Amino acid sequence: MKRPRIPTWLERQRYLLDFTLSSLGRRKGKNLALASLYTLVVFGLASVLMYTQALRGEALRVLEGAPDVVVQRMVAGRHDLIPGDRVERLSRIRGVQEARGRLWGYHYDASAKANLTFLVPEKFWGKPGEVVIGEGVARTRLAAPGEPFPILASDGSVVVLKVRETIPSTSELVSSDLVLLSESDFRRLFGVPPDLFTDVALTVPNEKEVATVANKIRGQMPDSRPITHAEIARTYEAILDWRSGLVVLVLAAALLSFGIVAWDKASGLSADERREIGILKAIGWDTSEVLAVKVWEGAVISLSAFLVGLLLAYVHVFVTPAPLLAPVLKGWSTLYPSFRLTPALNPFLVSTLFLLTVVPYTVATVVPAWRAATTDPDAVMRS
Amino acid sequence: MRKSDRFLLFLLGLLALLEAARLHSLHRGRERDEEVRAMASMARRLGLTDLVLATDARYARHPSQADRFAPFQDHPTSLEHFPSGTLVAPPPP
Repeated sequence: MKRPRIPTWLERQRYLLDFTLSSLGRRKGKNLALASLYTLVVFGLASVLMYTQALRGEALRVLEGAPDVVVQRMVAGRHDLIPGDRVERLSRIRGVQEARGRLWGYHYDASAKANLTFLVPEKFWGKPGEVVIGEGVARTRLAAPGEPFPILASDGSVVVLKVRETIPSTSELVSSDLVLLSESDFRRLFGVPPDLFTDVALTVPNEKEVATVANKIRGQMPDSRPITHAEIARTYEAILDWRSGLVVLVLAAALLSFGIVAWDKASGLSADERREIGILKAIGWDTSEVLAVKVWEGAVISLSAFLVGLLLAYVHVFVTPAPLLAPVLKGWSTLYPSFRLTPALNPFLVSTLFLLTVVPYTVATVVPAWRAATTDPDAVMRS
Repeated sequence: MRKSDRFLLFLLGLLALLEAARLHSLHRGRERDEEVRAMASMARRLGLTDLVLATDARYARHPSQADRFAPFQDHPTSLEHFPSGTLVAPPPP
């Protein structure tokens, strides 16, 4: 006589999964809505975390070349022009290899309704009367190499410069709104006297001396404010870290909506679900099998939603130009860069998201089922 | 085909797509490395201190060079009103 084969653990789990999927299919509408909401939460959370993490990484790598110290002069609590003799004084501080007066400023271009950043490079490669513009400026002003570039000067006259070239679009993240020009053009446009600069950039070769140099500057020139390279890096870490406005906003909304879903699950089962558990118990299923079905139910929904949400977020942030997030950063800017970030699937980020979403949901599904499964089937069906 | 097999295939498909995304990130990351190096060299050459993220307010364009109180300094009891300023936190003290 042939003995009936006892299913292995794996086969048993497959039968339980078959049952779970049929059970989910009986409440198709509700479960689809739940999975969609869940996917949306993971998508939103993952998008923001991926976007800010990639932007932070890129900022730190790109701004590696920022000046070691920038010295500003403050007058009545506001940033003011710094006299040229201070450049000489700053260059004499021990530890400073070079001090360079910088000229840069903002210009609101009424025709394009955009703020442009005018900057005089240390070695401007164009001739006086020429400008090199960022891709964003070219786009907003519809300007191209060889074309005139009229600017309203501070004395009310219109100065017509000529576009020499545009900065390659691959570097838009740092150059989109830049207008590079010669020192004489800058001073003529903004009426800046020859012995004044916007600020002073210092080169301090020994990284360990930067803080000492900054302290010396504060002591020697009390009205000045030194900004070190480390402070610039810290600013970007703070702006784009998880406590920043953008992340906190989305994180709070996502966790709140997720909390509502989990609370709804944990607060009790529907009458249908209780009846189902009662019937299963009455026909001989034991508590562990009922719980296994519920674990599978949580896992099916949360795993699918987690993976789909994560993949959609990756495509949104790294394949497309993040159309849902970019406008948030742009704000009211009419001139903004178009850039693609360095894609990264950080294992730490993926595991954090997994622990934040899949685990609590699965636990929230199992707890009420365990309560129902441990009571008498008759009482469960009657309640 | 059993329902469980269909679901496991679906999961495997999603995991394969995740692996494809990882490979894409490695490939695209190598390409982007050159662009980032070019941007870093431009930042060094021009002495740039900030990324162009938002250009609507001065303190949002150059957050590292601005004061913590910059959004509120226009007049007494002035309120911050630029959307980018509400999302980009001020520089640390």
